Amino acid sequence: MSPAGEGNDLFVAELLRGSLDHCVKCTICETACPVSNVTPLFPGPKYAGPQSERYRIADEPSVEWSVDYCSGCGICSQVCPQGVKIAEINAQARNKLKRDKGFPLRDRIITRPTWLGRAGTPAAPIANFTLRFKPFRVLGEKLLGVHRDAPAPKFAGRRFSRWARKRVPGDRAGGSSLTRKIVYFHGCGTEYYEPWEGQKVVEILEHNGFEVVVPKQDCCGLPLQSSGLFDEGRKVVLRLARALREHVTDEDTIIVGNATSCTLMLKREAREILSLEDDPDLKFVSERTYDICELLLELHDRGELKTDFAAINESVAYHAPCQQQGHWVGKPALDLLALIPGLEVREMNARCCGIAGTYGLKVEKYELAMSVGRDLFDQVAASGAPTVACDSETCRWQITHGTKLPSVHPIDYLHRSYGL
Amino acid sequence: MRSELHFDAVVIGAGTAGLVAGTRLAQEGARVCVLAKGVGSTHLAPATIDVLGYAPDRVDAAGAGLEQLIAARPDHPYALMGAELVSVALTWFVQTVQAGPLPGYIYGGSLEHNQLLPTAVGALRPSALVPETMAAGEASSLKRVCIVGTPSLRDFHPSLCAGNLELAGIEARAVSLDLKVERADMNALGLARHFDDEKWRRQFCAELSLALRAEEHVGLPAMLGLRDPHGVLADVEHRLGRRVFEIPTLPPSVPGMRLYEILRAALRAAGGRLVLGAEVVSHERDGDRVTAVATRAAGRDLTYVAPSFVLASGGFASGAIELDSRWVTQDRVLGLPLRGVPARDEPRFLSRYLDEQPMARVGVAVDGDLCAEGAENVVVAGAALPGAIPWREGSGEGIALASGYRAAQVVRAQSKPTAAIA
Repeated sequence: MSPAGEGNDLFVAELLRGSLDHCVKCTICETACPVSNVTPLFPGPKYAGPQSERYRIADEPSVEWSVDYCSGCGICSQVCPQGVKIAEINAQARNKLKRDKGFPLRDRIITRPTWLGRAGTPAAPIANFTLRFKPFRVLGEKLLGVHRDAPAPKFAGRRFSRWARKRVPGDRAGGSSLTRKIVYFHGCGTEYYEPWEGQKVVEILEHNGFEVVVPKQDCCGLPLQSSGLFDEGRKVVLRLARALREHVTDEDTIIVGNATSCTLMLKREAREILSLEDDPDLKFVSERTYDICELLLELHDRGELKTDFAAINESVAYHAPCQQQGHWVGKPALDLLALIPGLEVREMNARCCGIAGTYGLKVEKYELAMSVGRDLFDQVAASGAPTVACDSETCRWQITHGTKLPSVHPIDYLHRSYGL
Repeated sequence: MRSELHFDAVVIGAGTAGLVAGTRLAQEGARVCVLAKGVGSTHLAPATIDVLGYAPDRVDAAGAGLEQLIAARPDHPYALMGAELVSVALTWFVQTVQAGPLPGYIYGGSLEHNQLLPTAVGALRPSALVPETMAAGEASSLKRVCIVGTPSLRDFHPSLCAGNLELAGIEARAVSLDLKVERADMNALGLARHFDDEKWRRQFCAELSLALRAEEHVGLPAMLGLRDPHGVLADVEHRLGRRVFEIPTLPPSVPGMRLYEILRAALRAAGGRLVLGAEVVSHERDGDRVTAVATRAAGRDLTYVAPSFVLASGGFASGAIELDSRWVTQDRVLGLPLRGVPARDEPRFLSRYLDEQPMARVGVAVDGDLCAEGAENVVVAGAALPGAIPWREGSGEGIALASGYRAAQVVRAQSKPTAAIA
């Protein structure tokens, strides 16, 4: 960081820190924390946040190590009735702790989904085989510290952006004229692992009259940020913000994404946690970024969403991931799914699936992440639903790992119901 | 570019008052959205429904007490709603709990008889409705009791509780059981999670049985599980062969979390939306009407437009009403006029904390229909109402429940201008 950046860092960190004075020790954050509710290793957001923060002094060594067990899910900040930026304070403390201790090589690798995706895609069958080959995973655990049983996504072997470039815009729009431009931020999960999700997003948007622009794009930097690699995270997210901004050519154009944690990174986390409030490109992008379900429900509320939904006579368990809830827009997927005739939606009422991006991949946290997710897995099983809908890809992989059931983005049901 | 969302009614606050108002509106077919900065007071309160406990002497029957209070204090929130409405709201609440997500879990009691239940310090507190998990703690049925604590729960002192119950004429003793939980700073929620586990419960009951004497009821800190408190209570009573009851703890309140889940589920079941993390940061007006409020969502502010609003944002405790360092008192949510603020030359505070503090009666000024002064389409509910001192009166939940219920009626009547307010 440049000296100027450091000054800004301090300023923003102080603003976050100032919010701790609003803490009245009511313990509401403790009731909601997924991690402290299953392990004594993390004493909870109140203890690690507002309480410990008072003892943290700039340029002095970290006083409190348990904050490394905070998964960064952000639920504590959401439920706090006094507006304390608990998760953000803890993210800063975690970054400091990591800088004191040094970053393991693992954290520099698994936080780079773009690199991994580029490396794995051309050799997908081999990469997928290797990632599921136990001896290799044992080796990976020993050498790198990635847990041998942690859910590894499958490389699709093709990239979403190739499909997007080759297609004829509007070919599945069913006669809708594409009158409104929208910029699509697909993220790494769609690009390398689930390109079909991106195709569905594009087709749903076109069905509703959007002309979808797909800029060349890379990672949003969230994995780097959540592992405490702030400097690297800043570079990555600003590069993305600039790439997206270039395509927003008029005041009405908005940006939409289906990776809910990545859209949250653009909207808020990068600005607050990475101290980038002042960056004009990020601010511009942040203000006009929508999560796909947020956008579709807003269209519906305005009477602008097509409702030619065919019945789907099934039941589905819906889990709103922590990062979706961090958008502070409620649970739009629930209301969208409710539009589909015949579909019986069962809202899961568990805290978290446990994965928290890359948290549950780490050897020292895998078991913990599985205990966090246990409640959700049990609720899914009890619901009897054959499929789980969830807005975040890493959560879906964890849910499938924990329940052995398929897990899809909520838009899958809309796409099917539209008959696209 | 602005995100504008339209609803029939928007409720601000997700405590008991806000969730009840939202649920009632949704049940009546309104498109309703409940906005809240965070989780409300449910998680902090004992979750008994205290309608009227002191006026100023202890009240034996809340219903009769209400009639007297209403006659004597026309500025009291209960006087604006009427005793009949309180009764209707309570009946609705009991049914809502019964139909809720916790199988078999019910609330019992009536306005005819306040139940006296031990607090964590062993004082007896009058409540109109109590969850079944607390019912066996009713003082009149309590002859011999064993108050059980654990060193891991550092905010609950069984000997203090038992000692004070002795003073109230109940034969009480204390037992401290080492539950060998792995963390030093366990709270009631952590223990409730253990109680949800049948194996753990069995072990607990086996160990506790050894310490119990004949014919003793057992009082435990409120921790009999979150998922199935009805089943857990039945199981523990069966294993111990006696009546068992919960005693409210310091926060987090396990019975309060159950109450939140019941009301949240009722709101959702009726089709209402709930947005947490949605602090109202600004609003728009057209003369005497509030036309929209804006929340700070991630990345941008969202505008919620509605013909009616329910302000259930709480009072001083939630931060919705503020006395700042310049001695200015204000409603921080919508900037509405307040009532009950002591004049400059009058005392604001009395020297003893639990005295009848003058500031405590401050609330948003309302008319007889709970509509805010200067904003006719904003209906006020819960602790934001002026004129009550809930912690002295033992009236907080009763006011929250009844005013939330009433606010929904008023909003519905506003949307049908020709109909009289039911």
